[in-house]
Amino acid sequence: MSKPMDTKAPWSPAPGTRARIEALVARYPTKASALMPCIWAIQDEIGHVPPAGVDLLVETLGVTRARVNEVLTFFTMFRTEPQADHVLQVCHNISCHILGARPVIAHLEKKLGVRMGETTPDGKFALEGAECLGACGHGPCLQLGKHLYENLTPEKIDRMLESLRRGEIPRADTDRELED
Amino acid sequence: MSPNDYRMLSARFGRNDGHKLAVYEAEGGYRALRTVLSGMKPVDVREQVKAAGLRGRGGAGFPTGVKWGFVPEGADQVYFFVNADESEPGTFKDRYLLDYDPHQTIEGTIISSYAVRSNLAFIYIRGEFGWLVDRVQKAVDEAYAAGYLGKNILGSGYDLEMIVHKGAGAYICGEETGLINSVAGRKGQPSIKPPFPAVSGFLGKPTIINNVESVASVPFIINDGVEAYRRNGTEKSPGTKLFSVSGPVKRPGVYEIPLGLPFRDFFNDWLGGMVEGEKLKAVIVGGSSVPVLPAEEIMNCNLDYESLGQAGTMLGSGGMIIIPESSDMVELIQVLMHFYFDESCGQCTPCREGTGWLHKIVKRLRKGEGTPEDLALIEHVCAGMAGLTICPLADAAVMPMRSFLAKFRPEFEALIQETAPAGPQSRWPRGEREN
Ligand SMILES: Cc1cc2nc3c(=O)[nH]c(=O)nc-3n(C[C@H](O)[C@H](O)[C@H](O)COP(=O)(O)O)c2cc1C
Ligand code: SF4
Ligand code: FES
Repeated sequence: MSKPMDTKAPWSPAPGTRARIEALVARYPTKASALMPCIWAIQDEIGHVPPAGVDLLVETLGVTRARVNEVLTFFTMFRTEPQADHVLQVCHNISCHILGARPVIAHLEKKLGVRMGETTPDGKFALEGAECLGACGHGPCLQLGKHLYENLTPEKIDRMLESLRRGEIPRADTDRELED
Repeated sequence: MSPNDYRMLSARFGRNDGHKLAVYEAEGGYRALRTVLSGMKPVDVREQVKAAGLRGRGGAGFPTGVKWGFVPEGADQVYFFVNADESEPGTFKDRYLLDYDPHQTIEGTIISSYAVRSNLAFIYIRGEFGWLVDRVQKAVDEAYAAGYLGKNILGSGYDLEMIVHKGAGAYICGEETGLINSVAGRKGQPSIKPPFPAVSGFLGKPTIINNVESVASVPFIINDGVEAYRRNGTEKSPGTKLFSVSGPVKRPGVYEIPLGLPFRDFFNDWLGGMVEGEKLKAVIVGGSSVPVLPAEEIMNCNLDYESLGQAGTMLGSGGMIIIPESSDMVELIQVLMHFYFDESCGQCTPCREGTGWLHKIVKRLRKGEGTPEDLALIEHVCAGMAGLTICPLADAAVMPMRSFLAKFRPEFEALIQETAPAGPQSRWPRGEREN
């Protein structure tokens, strides 16, 4: 699943991350209750929580290492290993299934040359299955980063992969045109 | 009756300016909060919501005002949680509420928190809705800047802090005690009730958890009153409700309907019927956890708590999944059993083992390796799960399983006969769901 990279590499939080963690600790009613958002703060910076991140959480929040690891492994969105550049998570639940998730998944597997649950050898793409993403009326759909891509067709997928390969994140369906 | 006649909750859906504070205010937003803080006592708010008959929109349909009344009088600290974990397959309505109209939910949350005398409210948004977390946070920041949140709101002496909390991908955190435990910095495993959260919840204090749509309904009830709210709906199912519709209908999406609307009218007139070439086979009306109804049965139902209950199903979350004639019911139940097996938190043996068994048996049937005893075994496993666990996830798996088997038994039987089509490998893309 993960990209080959040295997980033991030393890491210390960027000043922004440290400030964010401090603010969270001040805002939540107990230190332990800030655990989830603090994990997000680390993950938003480097994409996963390295061992040094666990150390930081243990020290800052006064919780046991076992507790941190328990929470890290309970939630599917928390990651302890470096991730591919683009993790494509395709919904395979009921509504998307009815609307054709299987052919979409087959198309992605063919185009990326990997199977569900695998990462391309260059570490660029990972393909994962996801449970209902809350886009059932607009399926098939996938999640990439903070956004959802909906009403997927083979053509739409080809266009997405092309722009990702060029280094551009395609505009997501949930990234609506908004008045400010 | 047509979709545009009912716009209590969905007034700003589909617009590109509805998320803005100025727009919400110009259209009457935060007026209910002013009314409440300039003269209503918490008990008055509770009584008004109780009289309106608002029922919780997260799935169970428990009367909201009644739940609020369970908080012990004189509690020193009360917590309020808005449940925006929205992970029930087929459900995507809360996403619309928060995306198009975040201030409506924020205003509803402030009023609801006041009604239970809470000074700290959380909005718990599922982690997959990353963009929505940012949108709601921005709206919360605006509300703080405008004096609707923080200390001494609108000069009333009432203080409320609001935290937007991002989940991290666990269906079970939608269950109220799982949600509370995860915010406390633990695994999101549910706790045994009683004690109910209203008495002892987050950090051991009285805690109220309400669905997004429940709190979003509150400003209208305050502004327009009980009678106006009850003008729609039925005696036992007052008001309007959002339904999120998925599947091959002409117009899928999120609809606000007056409860009691006949399904037939909703299906034909609002959804436009099936897309060309498809025929209606069955409907899961309230999210994947409620029993499925074949087309001929749902066609005689009204969309309200009583009528759907009589028909043997539930209104649930309003996540309506339309199943076409071309779908293989055994394949669909395999998809669902995989989901429940994956999402079981594993604490209770009947749920952990039972969901695994059900998934395995259905898979075996589809591989052409089933035996006639397998159908009885499914029923036996279900009987060993229903009502015997800490939280209702086990029941949530049993309800679709039992109903799929009961209503579409011939499709299961066909897989056991010797002439059964060759296994599903030819139909499954390689590698998928082998777990
Ligand atoms: C497995 C499971 C998942 C649930 N998921 C959600 C959810 O995503 N959103 C929600 O509002 N309620 C969900 N619920 C129901 C909540 O436990 C709770 O009843 C609800 O949030 C109460 O709000 P209400 O009274 O306003 O409906 C879930 C329940 C179970 C058992
Ligand atoms: S019923 Fe299932 S999901 Fe609920 S607490 Fe028990 S094991 Fe966990
Ligand atoms: S079933 Fe795919 S988003 Fe809900």
